[in-house]
Amino acid sequence: MLEVKNLSMRFGGLLAVDQVSVDVQEHEIVSIIGPNGAGKTTVFNCISGFYKPTGGQILFEGKEIQGKPDYRISRMGMVRTFQHVRLFGNMTVVENLLVAQHRHVNTNLLAGLLKTPDYRAREKRSLDRARYWLNRVGLLDMANREAGNLAYGQQRRLEIARCMVTEPKLLMLDEPAAGLNPAETRELDQLIVSLKEDYHVSVLLIEHDMSLVMGISDRINVISQGRPLASGKPEEIRQNDDVIKAYLGEA
Amino acid sequence: MQDLLYFFQQLINGLTIGSTYALIAIGYTMVYGIIGMINFAHGEIYMIGAYTALIAITGLATLGIAWLPLVLLVALICAVIVSSSMGWAVERVAYRPVRGRHRLIPLISAIGMSIFLQNYVHLAQGSRNIGFPALIEGSFRMGPENTFQLSISYMQITIFIITLVCMTALSLFISRSRTGRACRAVSQDLGMASLLGIDTNRIISATFVIGAALAAVAGLLLGMYYGSVDPLFGFIAGLKAFTAAVLGGIGSIPGAMLGGLILGVAESMTSGYLSGEYKDVVAFSLLILILLFKPTGLLGKPEVEKI
Repeated sequence: MLEVKNLSMRFGGLLAVDQVSVDVQEHEIVSIIGPNGAGKTTVFNCISGFYKPTGGQILFEGKEIQGKPDYRISRMGMVRTFQHVRLFGNMTVVENLLVAQHRHVNTNLLAGLLKTPDYRAREKRSLDRARYWLNRVGLLDMANREAGNLAYGQQRRLEIARCMVTEPKLLMLDEPAAGLNPAETRELDQLIVSLKEDYHVSVLLIEHDMSLVMGISDRINVISQGRPLASGKPEEIRQNDDVIKAYLGEA
Repeated sequence: MQDLLYFFQQLINGLTIGSTYALIAIGYTMVYGIIGMINFAHGEIYMIGAYTALIAITGLATLGIAWLPLVLLVALICAVIVSSSMGWAVERVAYRPVRGRHRLIPLISAIGMSIFLQNYVHLAQGSRNIGFPALIEGSFRMGPENTFQLSISYMQITIFIITLVCMTALSLFISRSRTGRACRAVSQDLGMASLLGIDTNRIISATFVIGAALAAVAGLLLGMYYGSVDPLFGFIAGLKAFTAAVLGGIGSIPGAMLGGLILGVAESMTSGYLSGEYKDVVAFSLLILILLFKPTGLLGKPEVEKI
Protein backbone atom coordinates (compact mmCIF):
# COMPACT_ATOMS: atom_id res chain seq x y z
CA MET A 1 0.00 0.00 0.00
CA LEU A 2 2.90 2.35 0.66
CA GLU A 3 5.75 2.41 -1.77
CA VAL A 4 8.76 4.69 -1.36
CA LYS A 5 11.07 4.58 -4.35
CA ASN A 6 14.59 6.03 -4.34
CA LEU A 7 13.71 8.78 -1.92
CA SER A 8 16.29 11.54 -1.55
CA MET A 9 16.22 14.57 0.66
CA ARG A 10 18.86 17.26 0.47
CA PHE A 11 19.19 20.09 2.98
CA GLY A 12 21.56 22.57 1.36
CA GLY A 13 24.81 20.69 1.00
CA LEU A 14 23.75 17.79 3.19
CA LEU A 15 22.23 14.74 1.59
CA ALA A 16 20.25 13.46 4.59
CA VAL A 17 18.50 10.67 2.71
CA ASP A 18 19.97 9.09 -0.38
CA GLN A 19 18.05 6.68 -2.60
CA VAL A 20 16.10 4.99 0.16
CA SER A 21 13.32 2.61 -0.81
CA VAL A 22 10.75 1.22 1.60
CA ASP A 23 7.52 -0.55 0.99
CA VAL A 24 4.70 -1.62 3.26
CA GLN A 25 2.11 -4.17 2.20
CA GLU A 26 -1.36 -4.54 3.63
CA HIS A 27 -1.43 -6.20 7.01
CA GLU A 28 2.26 -5.87 7.69
CA ILE A 29 4.56 -4.33 10.29
CA VAL A 30 7.67 -2.87 8.71
CA SER A 31 10.48 -1.28 10.71
CA ILE A 32 13.13 1.20 9.78
CA ILE A 33 16.21 0.96 11.96
CA GLY A 34 19.63 2.53 11.85
CA PRO A 35 22.15 4.34 14.02
CA ASN A 36 21.38 7.83 15.31
CA GLY A 37 21.38 10.40 12.56
CA ALA A 38 20.83 7.80 9.86
CA GLY A 39 17.91 9.75 8.42
CA LYS A 40 15.02 7.62 9.67
CA THR A 41 12.91 10.49 10.87
CA THR A 42 13.67 12.43 7.70
CA VAL A 43 12.17 9.55 5.73
CA PHE A 44 9.10 9.75 7.96
CA ASN A 45 8.85 13.48 7.50
CA CYS A 46 8.96 13.09 3.73
CA ILE A 47 6.26 10.42 3.74
CA SER A 48 3.92 12.33 6.04
CA GLY A 49 4.26 15.55 4.07
CA PHE A 50 6.36 17.59 6.49
CA TYR A 51 9.15 17.82 3.96
CA LYS A 52 8.96 17.96 0.21
CA PRO A 53 11.47 15.35 -0.92
CA THR A 54 14.13 16.49 -3.39
CA GLY A 55 14.07 13.22 -5.28
CA GLY A 56 12.24 9.95 -5.65
CA GLN A 57 8.64 8.92 -5.52
CA ILE A 58 6.17 8.09 -2.75
CA LEU A 59 3.04 6.18 -3.64
CA PHE A 60 0.18 5.51 -1.26
CA GLU A 61 -2.35 3.06 -2.65
CA GLY A 62 -0.98 3.77 -6.09
CA LYS A 63 -1.30 7.57 -5.84
CA GLU A 64 1.68 9.89 -5.78
CA ILE A 65 1.77 11.83 -2.55
CA GLN A 66 5.22 13.43 -2.40
CA GLY A 67 4.98 17.16 -1.77
CA LYS A 68 1.27 17.11 -0.92
CA PRO A 69 0.21 19.06 2.19
CA ASP A 70 0.22 16.97 5.35
CA TYR A 71 -3.48 17.23 6.08
CA ARG A 72 -4.31 15.85 2.62
CA ILE A 73 -2.00 12.91 3.20
CA SER A 74 -3.44 12.18 6.60
CA ARG A 75 -6.95 12.30 5.13
CA MET A 76 -5.94 9.53 2.76
CA GLY A 77 -5.53 7.29 5.77
CA MET A 78 -1.97 7.69 6.93
CA VAL A 79 -1.26 9.04 10.37
CA ARG A 80 1.91 9.35 12.40
CA THR A 81 3.35 10.02 15.83
CA PHE A 82 6.53 11.83 16.77
CA GLN A 83 9.60 10.96 18.84
CA HIS A 84 8.39 13.23 21.58
CA VAL A 85 4.77 13.17 22.72
CA ARG A 86 2.67 15.75 20.92
CA LEU A 87 -0.68 15.62 22.63
CA PHE A 88 -2.86 18.69 23.09
CA GLY A 89 -1.75 18.97 26.70
CA ASN A 90 -4.28 21.57 27.84
CA MET A 91 -7.22 19.61 26.50
CA THR A 92 -8.79 16.65 28.20
CA VAL A 93 -8.02 13.09 27.19
CA VAL A 94 -11.37 12.60 25.49
CA GLU A 95 -11.15 15.96 23.72
CA ASN A 96 -7.86 14.84 22.23
CA LEU A 97 -9.67 11.94 20.63
CA LEU A 98 -12.67 14.04 19.54
CA VAL A 99 -10.59 16.68 17.86
CA ALA A 100 -8.78 14.00 15.90
CA GLN A 101 -12.13 13.06 14.37
CA HIS A 102 -12.81 16.65 13.36
CA ARG A 103 -12.88 15.86 9.67
CA HIS A 104 -15.13 12.82 10.18
CA VAL A 105 -17.88 15.03 11.52
CA ASN A 106 -17.70 17.03 8.36
CA THR A 107 -20.61 19.37 8.82
CA ASN A 108 -20.93 23.09 8.44
CA LEU A 109 -21.11 25.65 11.19
CA LEU A 110 -24.84 26.09 10.76
CA ALA A 111 -25.56 22.43 11.42
CA GLY A 112 -23.43 22.75 14.54
CA LEU A 113 -25.31 25.79 15.75
CA LEU A 114 -28.69 24.29 15.08
CA LYS A 115 -27.64 20.88 16.41
CA THR A 116 -29.40 19.03 13.60
CA PRO A 117 -30.18 15.34 14.23
CA ASP A 118 -27.56 14.35 11.70
CA TYR A 119 -24.96 16.43 13.52
CA ARG A 120 -25.91 14.93 16.87
CA ALA A 121 -25.67 11.43 15.49
CA ARG A 122 -22.20 12.07 14.15
CA GLU A 123 -21.08 13.66 17.40
CA LYS A 124 -22.35 10.62 19.23
CA ARG A 125 -20.49 8.30 16.88
CA SER A 126 -17.22 10.13 17.49
CA LEU A 127 -17.80 10.01 21.23
CA ASP A 128 -18.49 6.27 21.05
CA ARG A 129 -15.35 5.69 19.05
CA ALA A 130 -13.34 7.77 21.53
CA ARG A 131 -14.76 5.78 24.41
CA TYR A 132 -13.97 2.51 22.66
CA TRP A 133 -10.35 3.41 22.12
CA LEU A 134 -9.87 4.83 25.60
CA ASN A 135 -11.07 1.54 26.93
CA ARG A 136 -8.83 -0.34 24.53
CA VAL A 137 -5.69 1.46 25.73
CA GLY A 138 -6.80 1.41 29.38
CA LEU A 139 -7.41 5.15 29.80
CA LEU A 140 -11.18 5.24 30.22
CA ASP A 141 -10.89 6.37 33.86
CA MET A 142 -8.74 9.27 32.75
CA ALA A 143 -11.16 10.57 30.10
CA ASN A 144 -11.72 13.95 31.71
CA ARG A 145 -8.19 14.58 32.94
CA GLU A 146 -5.98 17.06 31.16
CA ALA A 147 -3.83 15.11 28.75
CA GLY A 148 -0.71 16.93 29.92
CA ASN A 149 -1.13 15.53 33.43
CA LEU A 150 -1.01 11.87 32.42
CA ALA A 151 2.01 9.73 33.14
CA TYR A 152 4.41 9.39 30.25
CA GLY A 153 3.47 5.84 29.36
CA GLN A 154 -0.21 6.80 29.36
CA GLN A 155 0.49 9.74 27.09
CA ARG A 156 2.19 7.39 24.64
CA ARG A 157 -0.84 5.11 24.63
CA LEU A 158 -3.19 8.05 24.24
CA GLU A 159 -1.23 9.14 21.18
CA ILE A 160 -1.77 5.77 19.58
CA ALA A 161 -5.47 5.89 20.47
CA ARG A 162 -5.66 9.33 18.91
CA CYS A 163 -4.17 7.96 15.70
CA MET A 164 -6.58 5.02 15.72
CA VAL A 165 -9.78 7.06 16.04
CA THR A 166 -8.96 8.57 12.65
CA GLU A 167 -9.33 5.01 11.28
CA PRO A 168 -6.04 4.95 9.42
CA LYS A 169 -4.89 2.37 6.94
CA LEU A 170 -1.27 2.98 7.76
CA LEU A 171 0.06 3.95 11.16
CA MET A 172 3.53 5.46 11.32
CA LEU A 173 5.17 5.34 14.74
CA ASP A 174 8.40 7.22 15.39
CA GLU A 175 10.17 5.60 18.35
CA PRO A 176 7.00 4.74 20.27
CA ALA A 177 8.97 2.94 23.00
CA ALA A 178 11.32 5.83 23.73
CA GLY A 179 11.27 6.56 27.45
CA LEU A 180 9.11 3.57 28.37
CA ASN A 181 10.13 1.01 30.97
CA PRO A 182 10.41 -2.69 29.97
CA ALA A 183 6.91 -3.54 31.22
CA GLU A 184 5.37 -0.64 29.30
CA THR A 185 7.37 -1.61 26.24
CA ARG A 186 5.90 -5.12 26.38
CA GLU A 187 2.38 -3.69 26.61
CA LEU A 188 3.10 -1.48 23.63
CA ASP A 189 4.43 -4.45 21.76
CA GLN A 190 1.16 -6.31 22.27
CA LEU A 191 -0.86 -3.24 21.37
CA ILE A 192 0.94 -2.78 18.06
CA VAL A 193 0.54 -6.45 17.12
CA SER A 194 -3.15 -6.26 18.00
CA LEU A 195 -3.60 -3.18 15.82
CA LYS A 196 -2.35 -5.26 12.93
CA GLU A 197 -4.20 -8.45 13.81
CA ASP A 198 -7.52 -7.07 15.04
CA TYR A 199 -7.86 -3.77 13.18
CA HIS A 200 -6.02 -4.58 9.96
CA VAL A 201 -3.78 -1.58 10.14
CA SER A 202 -0.35 -1.66 8.56
CA VAL A 203 2.41 -0.21 10.69
CA LEU A 204 5.61 1.54 9.72
CA LEU A 205 7.86 1.75 12.73
CA ILE A 206 11.06 3.54 13.67
CA GLU A 207 12.51 2.10 16.83
CA HIS A 208 15.76 1.69 18.71
CA ASP A 209 14.54 -0.99 21.06
CA MET A 210 15.85 -4.07 19.27
CA SER A 211 13.79 -6.59 21.20
CA LEU A 212 10.62 -4.75 20.17
CA VAL A 213 11.70 -4.44 16.54
CA MET A 214 12.88 -8.02 16.18
CA GLY A 215 9.83 -9.36 17.98
CA ILE A 216 7.04 -7.77 15.98
CA SER A 217 8.38 -6.73 12.56
CA ASP A 218 7.49 -8.66 9.47
CA ARG A 219 10.30 -6.95 7.60
CA ILE A 220 13.08 -4.56 8.55
CA ASN A 221 14.86 -1.87 6.55
CA VAL A 222 18.23 -0.74 7.81
CA ILE A 223 19.60 2.63 6.78
CA SER A 224 22.90 4.15 7.74
CA GLN A 225 24.09 7.66 7.00
CA GLY A 226 21.10 8.23 4.77
CA ARG A 227 21.76 5.21 2.56
CA PRO A 228 19.97 1.89 2.48
CA LEU A 229 22.11 -0.78 4.10
CA ALA A 230 19.98 -3.88 4.19
CA SER A 231 16.41 -5.08 4.20
CA GLY A 232 14.77 -8.36 4.96
CA LYS A 233 13.15 -10.48 7.62
CA PRO A 234 14.29 -10.01 11.22
CA GLU A 235 16.45 -13.13 11.25
CA GLU A 236 18.21 -12.08 8.06
CA ILE A 237 18.92 -8.64 9.50
CA ARG A 238 20.21 -10.11 12.72
CA GLN A 239 22.88 -12.04 10.82
CA ASN A 240 23.77 -9.37 8.27
CA ASP A 241 27.44 -8.42 8.56
CA ASP A 242 26.95 -4.88 7.25
CA VAL A 243 24.29 -4.22 9.85
CA ILE A 244 26.43 -5.56 12.66
CA LYS A 245 29.31 -3.38 11.49
CA ALA A 246 27.17 -0.25 11.27
CA TYR A 247 25.83 -0.79 14.75
CA LEU A 248 28.98 -1.86 16.50
CA GLY A 249 31.50 0.07 14.43
CA GLU A 250 34.34 -1.53 12.55
CA ALA A 251 37.17 -2.97 14.60
CA MET B 1 -21.00 58.12 51.78
CA GLN B 2 -20.13 60.73 49.20
CA ASP B 3 -16.67 59.26 48.75
CA LEU B 4 -18.02 55.78 48.41
CA LEU B 5 -20.53 56.84 45.75
CA TYR B 6 -17.79 58.64 43.88
CA PHE B 7 -15.63 55.52 44.02
CA PHE B 8 -18.43 53.35 42.68
CA GLN B 9 -19.07 55.83 39.90
CA GLN B 10 -15.45 55.51 38.80
CA LEU B 11 -15.62 51.74 39.12
CA ILE B 12 -18.71 51.54 36.92
CA ASN B 13 -17.25 53.89 34.33
CA GLY B 14 -14.09 51.81 34.34
CA LEU B 15 -15.88 48.53 33.93
CA THR B 16 -17.91 49.94 31.05
CA ILE B 17 -14.86 51.01 29.10
CA GLY B 18 -12.95 47.96 30.28
CA SER B 19 -15.51 45.49 29.00
CA THR B 20 -15.29 46.98 25.52
CA TYR B 21 -11.48 46.89 25.67
CA ALA B 22 -11.88 43.24 26.57
CA LEU B 23 -14.04 42.60 23.49
CA ILE B 24 -11.38 44.09 21.25
CA ALA B 25 -8.55 42.41 23.17
CA ILE B 26 -10.05 38.98 22.50
CA GLY B 27 -9.31 39.47 18.80
CA TYR B 28 -5.65 40.19 19.49
CA THR B 29 -5.27 37.33 21.88
CA MET B 30 -7.01 34.70 19.72
CA VAL B 31 -4.94 35.54 16.67
CA TYR B 32 -1.76 35.55 18.73
CA GLY B 33 -2.75 32.26 20.34
CA ILE B 34 -3.13 30.60 16.98
CA ILE B 35 -0.47 32.00 14.70
CA GLY B 36 1.77 33.91 17.10
CA MET B 37 1.46 37.28 15.43
CA ILE B 38 0.04 40.61 16.55
CA ASN B 39 -2.68 41.72 14.16
CA PHE B 40 -2.01 45.46 14.24
CA ALA B 41 -4.85 46.08 11.80
CA HIS B 42 -7.34 44.90 14.42
CA GLY B 43 -7.94 48.44 15.73
CA GLU B 44 -8.91 49.49 12.19
CA ILE B 45 -11.32 46.58 11.91
CA TYR B 46 -12.96 47.90 15.06
CA MET B 47 -13.06 51.44 13.63
CA ILE B 48 -14.66 50.16 10.41
CA GLY B 49 -17.24 48.37 12.54
CA ALA B 50 -18.12 51.68 14.20
CA TYR B 51 -18.41 53.46 10.83
CA THR B 52 -20.55 50.70 9.36
CA ALA B 53 -22.89 50.87 12.34
CA LEU B 54 -23.14 54.63 11.95
CA ILE B 55 -23.91 54.32 8.24
CA ALA B 56 -26.58 51.73 8.99
CA ILE B 57 -28.16 53.90 11.68
CA THR B 58 -28.15 56.94 9.40
CA GLY B 59 -29.62 54.87 6.59
CA LEU B 60 -32.45 53.62 8.77
CA ALA B 61 -33.10 57.14 10.03
CA THR B 62 -33.53 58.46 6.47
CA LEU B 63 -35.95 55.60 5.86
CA GLY B 64 -37.83 56.81 8.90
CA ILE B 65 -37.27 53.72 10.97
CA ALA B 66 -36.71 54.67 14.57
CA TRP B 67 -37.75 51.67 16.63
CA LEU B 68 -34.70 51.30 18.85
CA PRO B 69 -34.31 47.49 19.13
CA LEU B 70 -34.60 47.16 15.35
CA VAL B 71 -32.12 49.99 14.71
CA LEU B 72 -29.61 48.48 17.13
CA LEU B 73 -30.02 45.00 15.72
CA VAL B 74 -29.60 46.10 12.11
CA ALA B 75 -26.60 48.28 12.99
CA LEU B 76 -25.04 45.40 14.90
CA ILE B 77 -25.58 42.89 12.11
CA CYS B 78 -24.24 45.25 9.43
CA ALA B 79 -21.17 46.09 11.53
CA VAL B 80 -20.46 42.44 12.28
CA ILE B 81 -20.83 41.36 8.65
CA VAL B 82 -18.65 44.13 7.23
CA SER B 83 -15.94 43.84 9.90
CA SER B 84 -15.85 40.04 9.72
CA SER B 85 -15.43 40.10 5.96
CA MET B 86 -12.72 42.71 6.44
CA GLY B 87 -10.98 40.53 9.03
CA TRP B 88 -11.19 37.54 6.74
CA ALA B 89 -9.89 39.51 3.75
CA VAL B 90 -7.03 41.07 5.71
CA GLU B 91 -5.81 37.62 6.72
CA ARG B 92 -6.03 36.30 3.17
CA VAL B 93 -4.39 39.30 1.54
CA ALA B 94 -1.81 40.42 4.07
CA TYR B 95 -0.98 37.54 6.43
CA ARG B 96 -1.47 34.18 4.78
CA PRO B 97 1.07 34.79 1.99
CA VAL B 98 3.75 35.67 4.55
CA ARG B 99 2.84 33.12 7.20
CA GLY B 100 5.73 31.00 8.40
CA ARG B 101 8.31 33.59 7.44
CA HIS B 102 10.42 35.53 9.91
CA ARG B 103 8.25 37.08 12.64
CA LEU B 104 8.98 40.63 11.55
CA ILE B 105 7.51 40.14 8.09
CA PRO B 106 3.87 39.59 9.10
CA LEU B 107 4.29 42.37 11.64
CA ILE B 108 5.30 44.86 8.95
CA SER B 109 2.49 43.56 6.77
CA ALA B 110 0.03 44.16 9.63
CA ILE B 111 1.23 47.72 10.15
CA GLY B 112 0.92 48.32 6.41
CA MET B 113 -2.61 46.97 6.43
CA SER B 114 -3.47 49.21 9.38
CA ILE B 115 -2.19 52.33 7.60
CA PHE B 116 -4.00 51.33 4.43
CA LEU B 117 -7.36 50.84 6.14
CA GLN B 118 -7.04 54.05 8.13
CA ASN B 119 -6.32 56.07 5.04
CA TYR B 120 -9.02 54.35 3.08
CA VAL B 121 -11.56 55.49 5.63
CA HIS B 122 -9.98 58.97 5.58
CA LEU B 123 -10.64 59.12 1.86
CA ALA B 124 -14.04 57.52 1.88
CA GLN B 125 -15.53 59.21 4.94
CA GLY B 126 -13.41 62.33 5.40
CA SER B 127 -11.09 63.04 8.28
CA ARG B 128 -13.50 65.07 10.41
CA ASN B 129 -15.11 63.30 13.27
CA ILE B 130 -18.72 62.45 12.64
CA GLY B 131 -21.35 62.61 15.35
CA PHE B 132 -22.89 59.35 16.44
CA PRO B 133 -26.55 59.76 17.40
CA ALA B 134 -27.23 59.06 21.06
CA LEU B 135 -29.79 56.31 20.65
CA ILE B 136 -29.96 55.31 24.26
CA GLU B 137 -30.44 58.17 26.65
CA GLY B 138 -31.26 58.56 30.30
CA SER B 139 -29.79 57.07 33.44
CA PHE B 140 -30.39 55.69 36.87
CA ARG B 141 -29.49 58.04 39.66
CA MET B 142 -28.72 57.14 43.21
CA GLY B 143 -27.90 59.26 46.23
CA PRO B 144 -29.25 62.40 47.93
CA GLU B 145 -30.34 65.43 45.90
CA ASN B 146 -28.02 68.41 45.40
CA THR B 147 -24.89 66.43 46.16
CA PHE B 148 -22.87 63.88 44.21
CA GLN B 149 -25.17 61.30 42.75
CA LEU B 150 -24.17 57.92 41.42
CA SER B 151 -25.41 57.72 37.86
CA ILE B 152 -25.50 54.67 35.67
CA SER B 153 -26.64 55.48 32.17
CA TYR B 154 -28.82 53.10 30.18
CA MET B 155 -26.04 53.12 27.61
CA GLN B 156 -23.64 51.70 30.19
CA ILE B 157 -26.13 49.01 31.07
CA THR B 158 -26.53 48.18 27.38
CA ILE B 159 -22.76 47.89 27.08
CA PHE B 160 -22.59 45.54 30.07
CA ILE B 161 -25.35 43.31 28.78
CA ILE B 162 -24.08 43.07 25.22
CA THR B 163 -20.45 42.45 26.19
CA LEU B 164 -21.53 39.86 28.74
CA VAL B 165 -23.62 38.04 26.13
CA CYS B 166 -20.75 38.14 23.62
CA MET B 167 -18.20 36.83 26.10
CA THR B 168 -20.45 34.05 27.34
CA ALA B 169 -21.23 33.04 23.78
CA LEU B 170 -17.53 33.02 22.92
CA SER B 171 -16.61 30.99 25.99
CA LEU B 172 -19.29 28.42 25.19
CA PHE B 173 -18.23 28.32 21.57
CA ILE B 174 -14.59 27.72 22.46
CA SER B 175 -15.23 25.15 25.16
CA ARG B 176 -18.17 23.24 23.70
CA SER B 177 -18.37 23.45 19.95
CA ARG B 178 -16.55 21.31 17.47
CA THR B 179 -14.93 24.29 15.77
CA GLY B 180 -13.97 25.72 19.15
CA ARG B 181 -12.28 22.46 20.03
CA ALA B 182 -10.40 22.57 16.76
CA CYS B 183 -9.40 26.19 17.51
CA ARG B 184 -7.89 25.11 20.81
CA ALA B 185 -6.07 22.24 19.18
CA VAL B 186 -4.66 24.47 16.45
CA SER B 187 -3.52 27.05 18.98
CA GLN B 188 -1.68 24.39 20.96
CA ASP B 189 0.02 22.60 18.10
CA LEU B 190 -0.73 23.74 14.61
CA GLY B 191 1.43 21.09 12.96
CA MET B 192 -0.15 18.22 14.85
CA ALA B 193 -3.68 19.52 14.26
CA SER B 194 -2.92 19.67 10.57
CA LEU B 195 -1.57 16.11 10.63
CA LEU B 196 -4.77 14.91 12.23
CA GLY B 197 -6.64 16.21 9.21
CA ILE B 198 -7.88 19.57 10.52
CA ASP B 199 -7.87 22.21 7.81
CA THR B 200 -5.83 24.74 9.77
CA ASN B 201 -6.33 27.48 7.19
CA ARG B 202 -10.06 27.37 7.80
CA ILE B 203 -9.56 27.53 11.56
CA ILE B 204 -7.21 30.50 11.22
CA SER B 205 -9.76 32.28 9.03
CA ALA B 206 -12.45 31.52 11.60
CA THR B 207 -10.30 33.08 14.31
CA PHE B 208 -9.93 36.30 12.35
CA VAL B 209 -13.65 36.39 11.62
CA ILE B 210 -14.62 35.86 15.27
CA GLY B 211 -12.14 38.46 16.50
CA ALA B 212 -13.37 40.97 13.93
CA ALA B 213 -17.02 40.33 14.81
CA LEU B 214 -16.36 41.06 18.48
CA ALA B 215 -14.42 44.18 17.54
CA ALA B 216 -17.38 45.33 15.44
CA VAL B 217 -19.70 44.96 18.43
CA ALA B 218 -17.26 47.01 20.49
CA GLY B 219 -17.14 49.57 17.65
CA LEU B 220 -20.90 50.09 17.71
CA LEU B 221 -20.99 50.30 21.52
CA LEU B 222 -18.10 52.71 21.93
CA GLY B 223 -19.24 54.80 18.98
CA MET B 224 -22.55 55.36 20.77
CA TYR B 225 -20.84 55.82 24.13
CA TYR B 226 -18.39 58.47 22.94
CA GLY B 227 -20.86 60.01 20.52
CA SER B 228 -18.51 60.38 17.57
CA VAL B 229 -16.15 58.49 15.29
CA ASP B 230 -13.15 59.51 13.20
CA PRO B 231 -10.62 57.52 11.16
CA LEU B 232 -8.18 57.49 14.09
CA PHE B 233 -10.89 56.06 16.33
CA GLY B 234 -9.34 52.61 16.13
CA PHE B 235 -5.76 53.59 16.78
CA ILE B 236 -5.83 54.39 20.47
CA ALA B 237 -8.54 51.83 21.28
CA GLY B 238 -6.51 49.20 19.45
CA LEU B 239 -3.43 50.10 21.43
CA LYS B 240 -5.36 49.96 24.69
CA ALA B 241 -6.91 46.61 23.82
CA PHE B 242 -3.49 45.30 22.89
CA THR B 243 -2.22 46.45 26.27
CA ALA B 244 -5.16 44.68 27.90
CA ALA B 245 -4.34 41.48 26.02
CA VAL B 246 -0.70 41.60 27.14
CA LEU B 247 -1.73 42.50 30.68
CA GLY B 248 -3.96 39.45 30.93
CA GLY B 249 -1.50 37.18 29.19
CA ILE B 250 -1.49 37.21 25.41
CA GLY B 251 -2.95 34.03 23.97
CA SER B 252 -5.36 33.58 26.87
CA ILE B 253 -9.02 34.49 26.30
CA PRO B 254 -9.95 34.82 30.02
CA GLY B 255 -6.74 36.84 30.32
CA ALA B 256 -7.93 39.28 27.68
CA MET B 257 -11.24 39.71 29.48
CA LEU B 258 -9.55 40.28 32.83
CA GLY B 259 -6.89 42.55 31.33
CA GLY B 260 -9.54 44.69 29.65
CA LEU B 261 -11.48 45.17 32.87
CA ILE B 262 -8.36 45.97 34.94
CA LEU B 263 -7.16 48.46 32.36
CA GLY B 264 -10.54 50.17 32.16
CA VAL B 265 -10.84 50.49 35.93
CA ALA B 266 -7.25 51.71 36.27
CA GLU B 267 -7.95 54.40 33.67
CA SER B 268 -11.16 55.64 35.18
CA MET B 269 -9.69 55.67 38.69
CA THR B 270 -6.84 57.78 37.38
CA SER B 271 -9.25 60.18 35.70
CA GLY B 272 -11.41 60.30 38.78
CA TYR B 273 -8.77 60.82 41.44
CA LEU B 274 -5.81 62.29 39.59
CA SER B 275 -6.56 63.86 36.28
CA GLY B 276 -7.90 62.71 32.94
CA GLU B 277 -4.62 63.60 31.30
CA TYR B 278 -2.83 60.89 33.24
CA LYS B 279 -5.05 58.01 32.24
CA ASP B 280 -2.98 56.97 29.20
CA VAL B 281 0.18 57.37 31.25
CA VAL B 282 -1.18 54.94 33.80
CA ALA B 283 -2.42 52.51 31.15
CA PHE B 284 0.92 52.25 29.43
CA SER B 285 2.87 52.28 32.70
CA LEU B 286 0.86 49.20 33.62
CA LEU B 287 1.97 47.63 30.35
CA ILE B 288 5.62 48.38 31.08
CA LEU B 289 5.38 47.08 34.64
CA ILE B 290 3.74 43.86 33.53
CA LEU B 291 6.35 43.33 30.85
CA LEU B 292 9.11 43.90 33.40
CA PHE B 293 7.80 41.74 36.21
CA LYS B 294 5.49 39.19 34.63
CA PRO B 295 6.13 39.07 30.89
CA THR B 296 3.63 36.24 30.41
CA GLY B 297 0.81 38.41 31.79
CA LEU B 298 -1.59 37.70 34.61
CA LEU B 299 -3.16 34.51 33.26
CA GLY B 300 -0.58 33.58 30.63
CA LYS B 301 1.34 30.39 31.09
CA PRO B 302 5.12 30.56 30.98
CA GLU B 303 6.41 29.06 27.80
CA VAL B 304 8.45 26.01 28.57
CA GLU B 305 11.08 25.18 26.03
CA LYS B 306 10.59 21.56 25.08
CA ILE B 307 13.63 19.43 24.53
